[in-house]
Amino acid sequence: MEECGGGDLLSEAMGSGARVVLVEDCVEAPAAFVLHLLLKRAFAGAGAAVFLALSQPFSHYDRILRKMGCNLSLHRRSERLHFFELQAFPGKQSLFYLVLFGLEKLSCNYYLVRCHFICFFAAGGAKEASITDSFVRLYSQIQRVVETNWTGENAGKFIIMIDDISLLEVAAHGSVNDVLDFLHYCVTLTSEMNCSLVILIHEDIYSSEENMGLLVHLRYIADLVIKAAPLSTGLAADVHGQLSVVNKCVFSEQRSKVQKVWNFHFKMKENGAEFFYPGSRR
Amino acid sequence: MAEAAVRCLRDGRLDGEHAPALAMEGSLQCCPLAAGAMLHVAAALASQVVSGKAQARGVVIVAFDHSPEVYLDFIRRRGLDSKALDRCVRILDCYSDPLGWKQKIQNQPHQERNRKQLSTKKENVAVFRNVKDVKMLMNSITELGGGFQGEGKLYFSVAVDSISSMLRHASVPSISGLLSNLRSHDQVSSIFWLVHSDLHEPKVPRAFECLSTMVVCVEPALVDPACGESSGTMSFLEQNYTKAKFIFRLKRRNGRVKHFFEEIHVEGNDVKFISAPSINTEVSQSLLPKVHFNLELSEKERSDRANVVLPFEHQGKGEPIRIYDGRRSLPELQQDPNLSTLSLVDEIKSTKSGTSKGEIHYIRDSDDEQLDSDEDPDDDLDI
Repeated sequence: MEECGGGDLLSEAMGSGARVVLVEDCVEAPAAFVLHLLLKRAFAGAGAAVFLALSQPFSHYDRILRKMGCNLSLHRRSERLHFFELQAFPGKQSLFYLVLFGLEKLSCNYYLVRCHFICFFAAGGAKEASITDSFVRLYSQIQRVVETNWTGENAGKFIIMIDDISLLEVAAHGSVNDVLDFLHYCVTLTSEMNCSLVILIHEDIYSSEENMGLLVHLRYIADLVIKAAPLSTGLAADVHGQLSVVNKCVFSEQRSKVQKVWNFHFKMKENGAEFFYPGSRR
Repeated sequence: MAEAAVRCLRDGRLDGEHAPALAMEGSLQCCPLAAGAMLHVAAALASQVVSGKAQARGVVIVAFDHSPEVYLDFIRRRGLDSKALDRCVRILDCYSDPLGWKQKIQNQPHQERNRKQLSTKKENVAVFRNVKDVKMLMNSITELGGGFQGEGKLYFSVAVDSISSMLRHASVPSISGLLSNLRSHDQVSSIFWLVHSDLHEPKVPRAFECLSTMVVCVEPALVDPACGESSGTMSFLEQNYTKAKFIFRLKRRNGRVKHFFEEIHVEGNDVKFISAPSINTEVSQSLLPKVHFNLELSEKERSDRANVVLPFEHQGKGEPIRIYDGRRSLPELQQDPNLSTLSLVDEIKSTKSGTSKGEIHYIRDSDDEQLDSDEDPDDDLDI
């Protein structure tokens, strides 16, 4: 992962080379700010991004990133941000909509904003097939965007970001296998196109034994896991939680031992977040 | 004991037996190391194949979890040149396009294809696009394996990384069917696979263990006593990402099961093993309480102890040494009637009637010996 303007603990802990980043959070300590931070850094480093938004509309991200000094609307217009607004309306048992706004590039090289309505019919095989089909369609759009952006100089600065995967599972009618297939294809993109994939997951949804499926699979896929949790020692006025970063890439070029596991506190601010080791602040 | 595992895979199958199979298991706590162990075994076997020491003429790697480049790079780093690699390693790529989506997208008529061909077509990589079809997978593996160059009967080895990914697309019975079909296929010299044990119910990895002759478990070096993912486990995690226990279980043909264990760790780009005894002495040195008297034996004391003849052992004092291993074959019995149990009983009876003093007749069991070295691969053969 390309880091720019970093120098804080998080970027130090993330290092470079992690292609698949899993961000875990829970209700007490949401980690959406990590996504915002990574998005901002990607744009600061002249990169581009595909954003699959399931939890919030575009204006939400635009407002937050603007306070952090990054103009998402501008990036969207200049086609460095490809925003897929996948707002899921809870299914009325028989009918389920997945609205998919996407920029679709036509062969004559001009962009058209198109709006897809994909209907999921909750009836037997038809439903299953249409879920898979819509994932194939979504993937094909992502692949196209990544391919058109893949040029020599910005290779490796492209991010695919999913906020959040739990809602994608809901959109797929709880079919973990379909979500995993889709993710696998996104992962193959990261190794073929040298881009990175950032996935947000709400860890506490998967706390029970029989429901672990998606979370465990994601932990296997990930090269780097960032986990946000409330402060283990209790509440504090100026510490909002703790982050643990686990780097799972075992093979590295340098012989020296690299720190694999990091643990530090964070404090959220209006225009970003501050990271520090426990006890290093007054 | 990774070496012993590779040796078994290298030696391959005997006539009239199924191919030896190695099941490797890892959990999330040490999953990068389990994957590393898998890469190590594949690379070690490939270099044996290239040097011509193995029964197999080539290795077919069925890649689900990593892109083919990962395997090729790792094997290349072990010092194999690309010519030998092309000759002896084939990869069935189930990673790039397992469900054929990419092909579907490519075949869409209205799309203008101006995609830069990034992945240059490699001769020894075949892309497999329908992993749900287990029968077709079997055919592709044997087809790839049949393509190796050589004279006489051509054997090949199969590596599957990993079963867990296969199980997302197919059922347990169909995958175990595939594995046992491969084991009994007359061209397969050996087979090994990786399972992520915590992705499945406990019975699933067990089912695959039953199909194998060897099992390797990569387990975390330190087990967290609290057994939860609280913040206190961080130091444990750090330890577990740098090294792990490599437990090797070997099932002999006569049914005897042996256990070995080693430590596996990663150094730079390579996987290294440390044999267990060195760790044991380290641990005992640091863990033994400091006392005034000596708990350890000196070298002389140790050799003296080895020379002591136990009171119930009369062996070596002029009498022939008998070792009972529980499976004398019939012709041998006839040649040497002394050893048959019947005559033994007679002997005991006669001594009983002859002298009044009691005697214990003890025949040493072959299992009492020191663990035999694995150098002799034929020691368990009933020839």
